[in-house]
Amino acid sequence: MSQYGLEGHTVRRYDGELNHLHLRVVELGGLALHQTRSALAALQERDVRIARAVIGREWEVNRLDVSIDDDLISVIARRAPVARDLRIVMAFAKTVNELERVGDEANKVARLAIGLFDGFRLDPGDAQMWDVQTMGRRVVELLERAMDALDRLDVVAAQAVAGSRRELDAECQAGLRRLTTYVMEDARNVGQVITLTQIIKALERIGDHARHVGEYVVYLVSGEDVRHQKCQPDDPPTGGGAAPDPG
Amino acid sequence: MNTSTSDLEPKSVQTSYVQPDRTAAPRATVDREVRRTVGDVRVAEPRIRCNDINVYYGTAHAIKGVNLDVARNEVVAMIGPSGCGKSTFLRCLNRMNDTIDGCRVTGEILLDERNINTREIDVVPLRAQVGMVFQKPNPFPKSIWENVAFGPRIHGLARTRAQLDEIVESSLRRAGLWEEVKDRLEKPGTGLSGGQQQRLCIARTIAVQPEVILMDEPCSALDPISTAKIEELIDELRQQFSICIVTHSMQQAARVSQRTAYFHLGDLIEVGATEQIFTNPQHKLTEDYITGRFG
Repeated sequence: MSQYGLEGHTVRRYDGELNHLHLRVVELGGLALHQTRSALAALQERDVRIARAVIGREWEVNRLDVSIDDDLISVIARRAPVARDLRIVMAFAKTVNELERVGDEANKVARLAIGLFDGFRLDPGDAQMWDVQTMGRRVVELLERAMDALDRLDVVAAQAVAGSRRELDAECQAGLRRLTTYVMEDARNVGQVITLTQIIKALERIGDHARHVGEYVVYLVSGEDVRHQKCQPDDPPTGGGAAPDPG
Repeated sequence: MNTSTSDLEPKSVQTSYVQPDRTAAPRATVDREVRRTVGDVRVAEPRIRCNDINVYYGTAHAIKGVNLDVARNEVVAMIGPSGCGKSTFLRCLNRMNDTIDGCRVTGEILLDERNINTREIDVVPLRAQVGMVFQKPNPFPKSIWENVAFGPRIHGLARTRAQLDEIVESSLRRAGLWEEVKDRLEKPGTGLSGGQQQRLCIARTIAVQPEVILMDEPCSALDPISTAKIEELIDELRQQFSICIVTHSMQQAARVSQRTAYFHLGDLIEVGATEQIFTNPQHKLTEDYITGRFG
């Protein structure tokens, strides 16, 4: 835990409620991270059983999401939080939303893995998988750092996560360009390249969600809203055909 | 919670109004560290400007060099723990502290650029200009009509009964009470409900055409519906008056005010836009108080 505390209320039950919320959000983050790692393991191992297990656990992410939302609404209704408590509640609510979407994207990757390896109709070679694995490692590392910042409410670590958009964009663009060359070489590659492109886009979205978690931790701790900083005029647009990051 | 010296410092460096050097201040302040108010205490074209206000009850230093402006058409909420001096400061603004034995107020209180904290100022017209609503509704033991008409009559704002009737009706309408009492104006004001009595007191205050209305915990004795009516009224009155409200209800301060001032042990710790104070206060004491971590 950082110097920044959730505790110290005269009404100590309020401390308990905020700590409980924090624990549950971290728990959801851990689950989303596990789902992402498992989906990538399914790709790495070419194992559809792992992918099916990811899909089977999706309901746990959704259940936790709904349950934490209930807790948040209860705190808002009963405690009427203000100042840092208000930022805590708002940041947790938004973080939960991001983590639930991480779960959705992991689920999507798992489904795409099944499409690739169930019967090995579209089995891509190791060379084609290289970019997916590289992107996957980078995204998992970013998500781990985001969860660590959230767990410790560490504003410095969170700022580093929030500021990592360009690296992730560059990685994604490079991967998509390389995949395009496989189609140019042999049109019969188009099936698996489309699937791998979808996987890379899903991983990019997971990275975006991780970044957003970092932004919410910065807001929670410092009160500074660092979202949408790419809107600064000196920030050049990224090249390639990737869809712009909405957030 | 213990308040260490570091607690008394702003969380971060902010544009602050540095209180003037008070080397000539009375003994009670000699060893005291000069505290800075976080946030901008000044506004453009203030209705009231307070410069270095100190209040002493005998040797007790109750308000310590407070500087604060009140703008036109705004509600300023004053919050803080019991004994922090917020009500004392409020009472300075219409010289109500004059009625307390041993109370001494120093500094400048400019109402429309005229210092009201001097002996030359007649407090009777001043208190019409700066009206006050108290915690407990205090209607006169007279009829509803008399309660409202009393002020305009003694201040010579009306010459005829018809003019008084007009003032009574318009004041009661502005206080949101007309529809409820128009058929029983001759009945005693004390026979109204608590919320109605408080609105009657507000009608009585605005009947003398004040510039500023001071409210000292005006809803603390009222039920939630009456409180909501008073808060709605405050919002409407803001269009014409400057309003300073002391409240123990943080939610009420957040709902009704445009600026909030946090007092602590006689110091004005932080002033800011209410939204900012309740989402991202800059001083640790302010944050600890409004989030219920203080004391």
